[in-house]
Order: sequence, then C-alpha cells, then structure tokens
Amino acid sequence: MMSNRTKLSFHVPEPSTRPGDAPNFARFEIPPAGTVRRPDSAVAEAEIRDLPYQLIRVLDDDGQAVGPWNPRLSVDRMIDGLRAMLLTRIFDDRLFRAHRQGKTSFYMKSTGEEAIGAAQSLVLEREDMCFPTYRVLSWLMARGYPLADLVNQIYSNERDPLKGRQLPILYSARDYGFYSLSGNVGSRFGHAVGWAMASAYSEDDKIALAYIGEGTTAEGDFHEALTFASVYRAPVILCVTNNQWAISSFSGIAGGNETTFAAKAIAYGLPGLRVDGNDFLAVWAATEWAAERARTNHGATLIELFTYRAEGHSTSDDPTKYRPADEPGAWPLGDPLDRLKAHLIGIGAWSEDEHAALTRTLTEAVRAAVKEADAVGTLGKSKPGVAEMFEGVFKEPDWRLIEQRRELGV
Amino acid sequence: MPTMNMVQSLNSALDVMLERDPRVLIFGEDVGYFGGVFRVTDKLQQKHGLRRCFDAPISEGGIIATAIGMGAYGLRPVPEIQFADYILPAFDQLVSEAARLRYRSGGEFWAPITVRSPYGGGIFGGQTHSQSPEAIFAHITGLKTVIPSNPYDAKGLLIAAIECDDPVIFLEPKRLYNGPFDGRHDQQVKTWAGHRHAEVPAGYYSVPLGKAAVAREGEEVTVLAYGTMVHVALAGIEESGIDAELLDLRSIVPLDIDAIVESVKKTGRCVILHEASRYGGFGGELSALIQERCFHHLEAPVERVTGWDTPYPHAFEWDYFPGPARLAAALKRVMQD
Repeated sequence: MMSNRTKLSFHVPEPSTRPGDAPNFARFEIPPAGTVRRPDSAVAEAEIRDLPYQLIRVLDDDGQAVGPWNPRLSVDRMIDGLRAMLLTRIFDDRLFRAHRQGKTSFYMKSTGEEAIGAAQSLVLEREDMCFPTYRVLSWLMARGYPLADLVNQIYSNERDPLKGRQLPILYSARDYGFYSLSGNVGSRFGHAVGWAMASAYSEDDKIALAYIGEGTTAEGDFHEALTFASVYRAPVILCVTNNQWAISSFSGIAGGNETTFAAKAIAYGLPGLRVDGNDFLAVWAATEWAAERARTNHGATLIELFTYRAEGHSTSDDPTKYRPADEPGAWPLGDPLDRLKAHLIGIGAWSEDEHAALTRTLTEAVRAAVKEADAVGTLGKSKPGVAEMFEGVFKEPDWRLIEQRRELGV
Repeated sequence: MPTMNMVQSLNSALDVMLERDPRVLIFGEDVGYFGGVFRVTDKLQQKHGLRRCFDAPISEGGIIATAIGMGAYGLRPVPEIQFADYILPAFDQLVSEAARLRYRSGGEFWAPITVRSPYGGGIFGGQTHSQSPEAIFAHITGLKTVIPSNPYDAKGLLIAAIECDDPVIFLEPKRLYNGPFDGRHDQQVKTWAGHRHAEVPAGYYSVPLGKAAVAREGEEVTVLAYGTMVHVALAGIEESGIDAELLDLRSIVPLDIDAIVESVKKTGRCVILHEASRYGGFGGELSALIQERCFHHLEAPVERVTGWDTPYPHAFEWDYFPGPARLAAALKRVMQD
C-alpha cells in the first residue's frame, strides 16, 4: 500500500567546488571591516548573542585599520608580528623542502594561518599557557624560540629537546608558554580549561588559551571543555581555527554549513566572537578582549578564527585531489602576511625595501639553523642515546624498564 | 587506634591530604555536598570548603581532561569516576594524555593525578556496576594501577598515590567498602569490626606503591590475588586444607615481582585469582612472568581462577564470581601434579 507520508531524504553535505571547478566562496558573507560593535569585555553574554554570526575585521580592503576593534598597536608591535609571521612562512618552506630531501619523516605548514599564533602569542603574558594545535608555529616564532632547536626536534637528532620521542613538529616548550602537542586532535582542549581552573583555584593571575580545528569541534573533547569552562567560569580563551579543511573534509562535514563555529558558544552561555583570522589586528583585538574578560573573572570566551589552510594538511597530503588547485588564491580574506605588510606600508611605517631586507635576514637565520641542525644530523643519521627511550615513562623507571634497557644493551 | 571500614579510611586519607597539601582537590560526579554515592567524600566539602571538593558534570572525559590540566599546572587533583565501568569515556585522556604527557614532552609536563574509582562485583550491580578493568590499565605504559584490599592499606596506598608524581588509577573494591567479603554470598555479611586491618591511624601515613603483602604464609603453593579476591583466597585456602602462601599484590603497576618470584620459588606452585574475565586478563601476565622466572622451580602448571569470558551477568553473578570453592578445587588440582 502506498503511504501518504513524505519519503525521507538522506543528506550528505558537499563543498560547492571540487578539482576542475572555479573556486567559489559565495557561501560566505564577508561584511566590510569595522562594522561590528565592540562591547565592554565585562558585558553579559546574553547581550552579545549576535556577535557569533558576524565577522570582526579591522583591516579593510585598502589596508586601513578601521572600526571599534582597531587595537591601535604601536608600529613596533606590528613589526614584531610581521616578523614572526614571515619567519614562520620562511621556516615552513625550508623545512617542507627538508622533508622532500629526506631529512625527516613528516612536516606540517601553517601557511595562511600565521597571524593567529603570532598575534595571540604577543597579546598573552609569558606566564600564561597556550594549548596549541600543530598549526601555530608562529606562537613560538613570536617568542623567539631557538630555530635550531625546532629543526633538531624535526630531525629527532641528538639535540632534539624532546629526546627523540615525539613526531616532528609536535613541540613542547614550557618556557615559551607552549603546552605539549600530540597527534591526537582535540585531546588537550580540556587541559587548558583545567589549567585555567587551577590558576583560579590558586588565586594566581595566569590565563590559558587553547586551539582546536573546526573539524575537531565534532569531538566530545570540545563540548566537554566548553561545559567545564562555562560551569566553573574558567579564565580561558577557547579558539576554533576554522581553516575550512580537515585533511580532505570541508567544514560542512563538521557542521559548518548549518551555523558558525563561534555560535557553538551560545548553548554554553559563553561569549562567541567570530574573527577574520587573516587579519592580525582583528585577531589581536579579539584576543585582548577575551583575555581582559578572563583576567577580570568574567570567564571563558570562544573565538572562531575564520581562516584558510593555504597548503596541504601535511607532507602526506595533496590538496589538489579534493579542492580546486587555485582555491587558496581565491580566499576572500587574502593572505595575512600580505595584509599586515600592506597596512604597515600604507601608514608609512614599512617599505618594500625593508620587507625584502627582513626576508633576507630571516631566510639567512633559517638557513643557519638548518645548517646547524644538519651538522648534528638529520633523521636516522643522529639520535639521542637509546637509553632515552626508557626514560620519562614514569618519574622513576620501574623494574621492567630497567630490565628491558639492559636486555637491549643500552 | 580507631576502627574504620574502607569507606571511612579512604575518607580519612582524603581528609588528611586536603589538610596537609593545599594543592590537593577533589571533584567528580556527586562527590561534593552529597559526599559521593558510596560516601567516600562525605563531609569533605563541608569541612574543607566548596573549592576543595566539588561536583563535576557527568562527563568522565571532561573530568579527566581538566584534572590533567590542573596536574600540569602543579596541583594534585584526585578526581572520582563514580564506577570503573564509566571510566571508558575518559580512556583517551588516560591513555593518550595522562600516561604519555611526561614522555612526549621530554619531561616538561606531567600529570600527577589520582583517579579513584569503585570497581568489581558482588553487589548485584549487573554489567555496568561490576566490572574489573585493571588489565586494560596495566597494559598502558605510563599509568600506575593500585588496588587495596583492606582499610589500612586503602588509606596508606591512597596517600602514596596522591603523593606520586605519576598518574595513578586507584581501584576501590566496592564489595569491600563495608566488610571483608570472602565470596560466601549466602552467609551473613561481615563488617570490618574486629579485623586487624581495620585498625587505622587517624593521621598521616603511607603504604608504598609496588610492595606486595604476605596475607598468609604457607609452604605448598602460592596464591596471587588483589582487592576482594584476597579475602576470597583466604577462604578458599582454608576450604582446601592446603598450606598455601597468599600474596596481596596491592598494586599491579608497579608490580612486586621480587616477592612473587621469591614465594613461587619457595612453593613451586602458583594459582592466580582475579575477578576479571580470563582471556587477556592480568593473570595472563602474572602467569607469563612466573613461567619466565620460575620455570625450573615449578612442580605444576600455573592455574588461573577468574571470572568467565562473558560480560558481567546479573542473574548469574554467583556463577560468574570466582568464589572460594573454585579456588579450593584449583589448589587441589595443582597439588596433584
């Protein structure tokens, strides 16, 4: 018998374009810079439930800093940021090539997302802690982490600060406010909340900042962290770096077609800010706002950093297999490095010549660091003493580790 | 010296540590004002304040994740997972994070957390309130797993766990909370009153992790057990009439291998008793270690007396539960070889 009921239809979201198509970002509404209001950082969350659906931008299409979110940074601070971003890009290109030359097993670039780590690293204090993803190298660059030690880690050589135990680029740098990375995505998001709760419990003044990719917001870790951050009013800044791609899955597979990632905050009663992640000044301003809110016991903020992963997921990925090859160049919010540079030139604080000179200096610094690490040894040519394999499992090794180390003869 | 049951001695350990160390804090489902479904955190919030002992959302993953973050900060969190059966949503946090943080960060960060969780059967709790997951944790490099069998050890081991700089899974045999259960479920319930291990100092002391206790000296066969099974073993040994030596392992990581080897070399026989199902259980590891280290001293194959390889059943609890009669039969079998 025929039923009168509507047949159900099964929906699987797809991106608007695939390889061979012309790039198309028409699905994103990009409002002009400077149009989003900036409430006081102590505002009640209920007053700002419109913000997660907007896009905080400061740098306009002409490179001018406009609107209430303009952080009015000194030229020196902006050049610090530009330097960190440029250094990140040069380092990424050089180490990606090192992988292709067989010097290491794996590499991941931050290309297109450098403004995020650079700005946030400079906004937060040295005693604060960030709980990174693998695409915020610019955090470390902004704080002057020794380049040769990055390369030593990437090579897992004798001078690897992580003693040969961890995959390339999964750094840990406590003195630089950079928590231990892991290849399991999302699993440190709740650590940031716990760390922030501990700071509040201890009546200290430190805050935490955590990153998660938009794809990983689908993990329970994300929702658990938001719940705890909200319930205990933790002094933490929770950032979703929405770079549109989780390996080959577009953001719609994580729910991005239905709402914004910033809007996830609303159900938890947390402020949600949606920010142009390719705009160094907008990232700075939103982070400063959330940091002030956290430091004054007003709790956590969720920030969606709307950006674009301009390169493949890792050295093991070829993005032309699943998205138009020219999509990166078509991103409507441009390149973060070019935009900050244009702004600095526009206000007369920077020039093409100075930029070229800085590029040369940083390229030389990276080359020297790689050379230094090459001399120690690339992957497989040099490694820490094998005894290190048995250390650090516990604070003190138990009999198993002592016996097994003896069995291996190291 | 006060007499305490295991709930009281665990409560006393937490009370002592909250008093001694401002870095210690407790959180978990229902542990705050209410004092926990088994009363282990009773009155700790009232005595030490809201911030030292508080309720958590029903989110085992979130509880362990935030505890790790607190531990990395420098605190000594003692989260409770209400039943060990509910620990699995936190498994990624325990395996990929707590157990690996020190190693992968080159010693920059670590997670000195003590995860308390009631475990084991004998309370008609069915599949989701009765399981014994210790072997899963023993397999995870970087975790310590502690299982007390009496009030005195429970307090001393819990204090040692809280003071330990490594993550510790602290499994509390819930059937022992109120009395030393020997597996004879049809007999009158015993309390801890009058038991020599229910004499518990009110103040601070610790029992080191990784030291087994000789619960009964004997010459003919070694029995290895922990948690509730220590009491079942005593009953089974008595029933068998065999002069068995019983080791209460107290922690399975770290494991007191020296005590095990010494006893098995002396007796030449070994029976392993645990509540968890057999295949892939911790008894397999114990058996392998004994075979590797005591082979030439063995007079009989090592036997395992365990729960069956089924989910923990409700109606068949006493058919599943490895009671004293099964141990006695195994002891007689190994003595025939």
